[in-house]
Amino acid sequence: MNPELSATAISSRVPTSPLSAKNPAENAAKNDDAKPVKLFGLDHRFIAPIFITFILLVGQLSFGILESYPKTALAIITSIAIELILSRVFTGKWPHLASAYISGISVGILVRSPAIWPYALCSAISITSKYVLRAKDRHIWNPSNFGICAMLFLAPYTVASLSIQWGNNVWPMLAIWTLGSIIIWRLKRFHITFAYVVAFVAFAFLRSVVTGHTFLSEVAPITGPMYQLFIFFMITDPKTTVRSSKFAQVGVAVAVALVEMLLRLAESVHAPYYALFLVGPTANMIEIWLTSRKAAAPVITSNA
Amino acid sequence: MQSRIAKILLVVFFVALLATPLVLKRFSGAGGGATAGRTDTKAALNRYGFYLEEVSKASGINFTHTAPKLDSKLDHIMPQVASMGAAVSIVDFDRDGWQDLYVTNSGEGSSNSLFRNNQDGSFKDVAAEMGIANLNVAGSGVSMGSVWGDYDNDGFEDLFLYKWGQPELFHNDGGRSFTRVTEKANLPQWVNANTALWLDYDRDGRLDVFVGGYYAEDVDLWNLKDTRMMPESFEYAKNGGRKYLFRNLGDGGFEEVGEKLGINSRRWALASAAADLRGTGYPDLFIANDYGVSEMFFNDGGKKFRDVGEQTKVGFAPKSGMSATVGDVLNQGKFAVYVTNISEEGVLIQGNNLWIPREGTAGDELQYDNLARDMGVEIGGWSFGSQFGDLNNDGTLDLYVTNGYVSLERGTSYWYDYSKIAGGNTAIISDAKNWPPMSGRSLSGFQNKRVWINDGAGKFSDVAQLVGVGDTHDGRSVVMVDLWNRGVLDVVVANQRGPLLVYKNTVAPENKWVAFELEGAEGSNRSAIGAQVRVFWNGQEQVQEVSGGSGFCAQNQRRLHFGLGKDAQVEKVTIRWPSGKTQTIEAPEISKLHRIREAA
Repeated sequence: MNPELSATAISSRVPTSPLSAKNPAENAAKNDDAKPVKLFGLDHRFIAPIFITFILLVGQLSFGILESYPKTALAIITSIAIELILSRVFTGKWPHLASAYISGISVGILVRSPAIWPYALCSAISITSKYVLRAKDRHIWNPSNFGICAMLFLAPYTVASLSIQWGNNVWPMLAIWTLGSIIIWRLKRFHITFAYVVAFVAFAFLRSVVTGHTFLSEVAPITGPMYQLFIFFMITDPKTTVRSSKFAQVGVAVAVALVEMLLRLAESVHAPYYALFLVGPTANMIEIWLTSRKAAAPVITSNA
Repeated sequence: MQSRIAKILLVVFFVALLATPLVLKRFSGAGGGATAGRTDTKAALNRYGFYLEEVSKASGINFTHTAPKLDSKLDHIMPQVASMGAAVSIVDFDRDGWQDLYVTNSGEGSSNSLFRNNQDGSFKDVAAEMGIANLNVAGSGVSMGSVWGDYDNDGFEDLFLYKWGQPELFHNDGGRSFTRVTEKANLPQWVNANTALWLDYDRDGRLDVFVGGYYAEDVDLWNLKDTRMMPESFEYAKNGGRKYLFRNLGDGGFEEVGEKLGINSRRWALASAAADLRGTGYPDLFIANDYGVSEMFFNDGGKKFRDVGEQTKVGFAPKSGMSATVGDVLNQGKFAVYVTNISEEGVLIQGNNLWIPREGTAGDELQYDNLARDMGVEIGGWSFGSQFGDLNNDGTLDLYVTNGYVSLERGTSYWYDYSKIAGGNTAIISDAKNWPPMSGRSLSGFQNKRVWINDGAGKFSDVAQLVGVGDTHDGRSVVMVDLWNRGVLDVVVANQRGPLLVYKNTVAPENKWVAFELEGAEGSNRSAIGAQVRVFWNGQEQVQEVSGGSGFCAQNQRRLHFGLGKDAQVEKVTIRWPSGKTQTIEAPEISKLHRIREAA
């Protein structure tokens, strides 16, 4: 669950190419995303880092969610260090570090391993993926979603991410729900979260019918505070969702829930990560292709 | 051009990052222990200094554990609820100098067994004639484990049996029979206990009993009021059973003092161990909890128990503690604590914990570091029982860990459904009716065991398959005992819904040993539980303590066994009795069992 809520905002990503800047549709969408949003008088770029830090503190102080402080610190430091280096080398600029901080803290929360190196490695993979896996000068995978999926694929012998470490109590969840909803609403991305939640619950009902398990057992995962990170941060990341319209964004959120349902029916433990891993870049690629095609279409003028 | 090279380098860097886990796995050998087909005993003896041979049938031990059948409301998840109760403890109940086995069963109407050692390599079940067989009667609960201690100091070990039901105390009548004294002892009507141990917490010379509840004591698993009896959280549950500390009043009665003395946790206890961790003379208490953090209680002079889990660093990361055992793994004269947890590749990697005393900390400031990973004893499986013991008599403590939770249909897994409910809100997870049905699926079943041998330099290596441990039963309770008085530690494993396995040990003869059987006198409990023995030899020191129960639902022999390695010369041995008296034995004879009675 990668909190690169960023976007709305975090303009510190690798700069767009002149080609994409010339693209009117994308440019318009970008401009919409890039509108300066103020929340409680704060620069929008600080909102996501502050929110995720708040979540971390709520979780840690109420339950002690972290594997250890050093592991989380390592994830954050690695993430920031790699971002600094790669941004400097490939863009010639010092980046805004909000995005890297969020990636690092996400890895620190979501990766569960008794070893320390997966925290550094996952952060490094997450950030580097932004610079390598690109199409039309956009990175197409949500960085920490990519990093976590890579670790789950490649290092299952020491890495897991079972969503249990947040305890199962109601207070941390309510705190995150309330604050998350306010922030997401102000950042104009609540429709994505809402669409996903509605779709998840509907698909949980469908799964219940298919498996014969109780509806509550099917809906159980989303009641854990852990899932709140997923719905408030990861699926709202503009790099994961498409930019063209609200309708498209809602469609992508529903598609994530749909693929997640299929993976759950196949008993995939890490279904939400994998669903986003599959749907996010696919949607982005489709959008990029459609946008390119539109831009390349000949302009027909009428002499009539 | 420069930019192109930079991009190529970036891609190479990215690929290298992705390849790192695979490279690390290859070089670390992670993901499973060594495997082998048939055990080459000669090679094992040469390489590792020992091998194990399963001899239960040949020894006349034919015991298969049966699980209880609980309330039908739990039918859909019965295999994982009725998943404990296979337990074994060691006692020389008739004081003939040969170790006997007591094994619990858990099916309603099933019998427990007391295997008397015939001194000729065979055993005979005498539980029925001794009156301690038929203890799983419907309505009174079923056995979960047992521990032995001489609570009345008459020289014969008495039986404390803990159950999901009424705990029972049986007085040993001179090794000839047992008398039930539960009512006189004033034990509670019902405790869903999965751990208990004898200890003399106040050093009054009389053994007390600690009992740890798992399910809350108002839950009758055969007659559920409702199905809201499961843990309220997978990692932060505090709705488990009560903890009891029964103080021995000396007249056959016991008084519950746990809460009054500061032990008032309601976590889901599965294992406990007591040892003097700070050198105060008083036993401290360690509790390994399922669905939460471990707990450590410092014993303040027998007057108060102080919760120091966070202070000592053992009580931070919540896991699924299943076993607790103590041992001086680095020959430093200090106890480490080993706790088993759950590790399932790709799903949940908790890792087992090896808590080593942090350098420079001691006494009230004692802290621990988890060095399980560094020392190579982290990943077991769904681990249950564990015990330290020097299996090859090389002078360092080795570690036996059994794994495997529920083995039903091969090739199936309940893990997805388990993870689904584990992340749910309290209202969902705590109600058994919301748990998806197991439908014959396994949950971390058919797992290999770990026999980790200690190289003495801080590293353990798993040699289970290579020394003859190839079973894949759902292991629960493990004990180490010298069954045939040969100066080696044999291993006995109780398996859930499986056979009792007896692994007879053969050790390279050049490795020497020394053992001590202690008997407390005035001021100490006669079982000498809590006595510490330090052996100084060849520039090394190792401490062991007589235990009243450890591991998972287990109790090793009370006899303390020290391997010494080759060319051993024991300089001296010091004994600190529970009374506080100390005794030194200069240059004791090696390869010999020393029977020592505390001087009056």
